[in-house]
Amino acid sequence: MLQNDGTAPIAASFAGALLRPNEPVPQDITSHHGAGLIERYNVYRNNVTVSLINAVASIYPAVQRITGEDFFRAMARFYIRAHPPRSPLLFAYGREFPDFIEAYEYASSMPWLADVARIERAWLDAYHAADAAHLAPDMLSEIAPEGLGALRFRPHPATRILRSAYPAVTIFSMNHNGGEVSAVEDRPEDALVTRRDDEVMVTHLDSGAADFLQALIAGETLGTAAALGLEANPNLDLSRLIAVALDAGAFSSLDMETSHD
Amino acid sequence: MSKAAISTALLAGVITSALSTLAAAGPLTKAEADAAVAAHKEKCFGVALKGQNDCAAGPGTTCQGTSTKDFQGNAWKFVQGGTCVSLQLPGDRKGSLKPLTRDM
Amino acid sequence: MSNSMGMQNNLADRADAVRFPHYAVAGQAGTSFKPEHLPAILAASDRCGFFEVHAENYMGAGGPPHRALERIRQDYPVSIHGVCMSLGGPQPLDPDHLQRFKALVDRYEPAMISEHLAWSTHDDIFYNDLLPLPYNEATLTHVCDHVDQMQSVIGRRIFLENPSTYVAFTDTTMAEVDFIREIARRTGCGLLLDVNNVFVSAANHGFSALDYLKDFPLESVEQIHLAGHAEQEDGAGEKLLIDSHDRPVADAVWQLYEIVLSRRGPVPTLIEWDSELPDWPVLRAEARAAQAILDRHSDTGGLRDAAE
Repeated sequence: MLQNDGTAPIAASFAGALLRPNEPVPQDITSHHGAGLIERYNVYRNNVTVSLINAVASIYPAVQRITGEDFFRAMARFYIRAHPPRSPLLFAYGREFPDFIEAYEYASSMPWLADVARIERAWLDAYHAADAAHLAPDMLSEIAPEGLGALRFRPHPATRILRSAYPAVTIFSMNHNGGEVSAVEDRPEDALVTRRDDEVMVTHLDSGAADFLQALIAGETLGTAAALGLEANPNLDLSRLIAVALDAGAFSSLDMETSHD
Repeated sequence: MSKAAISTALLAGVITSALSTLAAAGPLTKAEADAAVAAHKEKCFGVALKGQNDCAAGPGTTCQGTSTKDFQGNAWKFVQGGTCVSLQLPGDRKGSLKPLTRDM
Repeated sequence: MSNSMGMQNNLADRADAVRFPHYAVAGQAGTSFKPEHLPAILAASDRCGFFEVHAENYMGAGGPPHRALERIRQDYPVSIHGVCMSLGGPQPLDPDHLQRFKALVDRYEPAMISEHLAWSTHDDIFYNDLLPLPYNEATLTHVCDHVDQMQSVIGRRIFLENPSTYVAFTDTTMAEVDFIREIARRTGCGLLLDVNNVFVSAANHGFSALDYLKDFPLESVEQIHLAGHAEQEDGAGEKLLIDSHDRPVADAVWQLYEIVLSRRGPVPTLIEWDSELPDWPVLRAEARAAQAILDRHSDTGGLRDAAE
């Protein structure tokens, strides 16, 4: 909704060409010497485009390392034009980038790249997620054995599960902090993303672990989640997985209100 | 294994074992921790914010340098560089890593 | 004046929210706060006057950014500088963003709050740049409405910053200083005088920075920004300065700063540095240089006549 005072068209014409480099510059701009308008308006075009590409690059450093900077910036430039920010909070920008990568013709030879991006987006979401306590393991020792099957957990706000048909977790971990890149075994991989003590952790999950944790995060009982995990992988080491999840701070508390259902 | 097969005894054993693992030396062995994901060793406190709002005007702002190709970009070569070229996945998954060259 | 609503701090109503000490910023020099610098800041033996953060970077729900800002706020006064409110645009302010801003102000009790005479959102697209506006009666009305609304929602007085610009508008009918003076008069807001922006805009639009400062309503200036700029040319071969915040403050800008202080007296002054970030000692040295100038003018009690 624009106020009807005659100034809206000015903003519209100024904004309209910012992300469209082939459009003429707005007619209502001028300069003191009446020249150089294209270069002057291009300062704004450049600021908008470069700063948004830089924002995408800072959110997806592993993707950029994998593709190289030239390829990445070209891809990101298409992206920012197709999906300019709808919120002024830049740390929340780029949410559609993984889907964009998946559909990006030139990235089709890297079918795992979108999942690497999804892990990076989850990393930043975990980084900014709300603060909450972590479930103390002692709480579990106070539950009577017959109550365990109906026990429900509340996930920490930072906790996320990502599942990939590709070795995306390994590729992410090799590229996130500039580590060494080596041959990767072709296999599906799942990740648990958590935040504890102001550190975001990405933990590679064994087969079946994601089924178990996703069920718990969705509010299923421990009994149901365990059954789902063991169904997916009969050899799943549930006790080690629970220890890993508790240690990573995946849960904030036990949901005692609904645990008796 | 069906869902009904999860017994109280199994769960009690799982939880007891998990808690003793935690109480002993943490859930991950040194090797497991190293192998997990190096990323979690990154200390967030004091690192640069990602996706930051600032009020600086951008680099190379008019006709030179990176600026023109970033906001105009009519002559891009879609060449994959980076670590992708050294990544090796067995089988077909690696796909074609040969450089793609195509102008818009 | 339309600043009647909610200007006083409502701390008494929120006793549970008082968690940080009160620190004075009068006569102090500060710097942009960058999380990369936090370990060095905490390790340093000497103190900086204050730190400024961009509001939007601390609008996440939780996590390390808030730990860092809480840590800084325990020891220092903080200035919250909004870069995305789009006060200069024709469309209504984003109510969600206003509420986020208010929550941030309530949480951190900043010593100073500022925003820009610029716009960054049109329709629902955020352009992530401080975009310029024509100066005329119509734009003056909606900027004043927006400043009134922001001050009313957050319950605090804001300082409005003069922009650096690269184009002018055919629809402009008022000088920038007159436009800004009128905003301050109508809304009661304070002014954030960015001396580098004055220098950049003067070069880009062919006016005298000294004349601009002579006309500027210095009595409303509550904070000063200093920053580095880059130099380029436009297509006509004319010098075009870019407000790049990526290098030390230029000598000419320091000189303008001295002139401002000689007339206005010591005003809290911030060294802005947003890209090509140096190590903390380099940024700290810039703030020290500003502090030395502030201290030289500490006996300048108030406005003096600009008798050059």
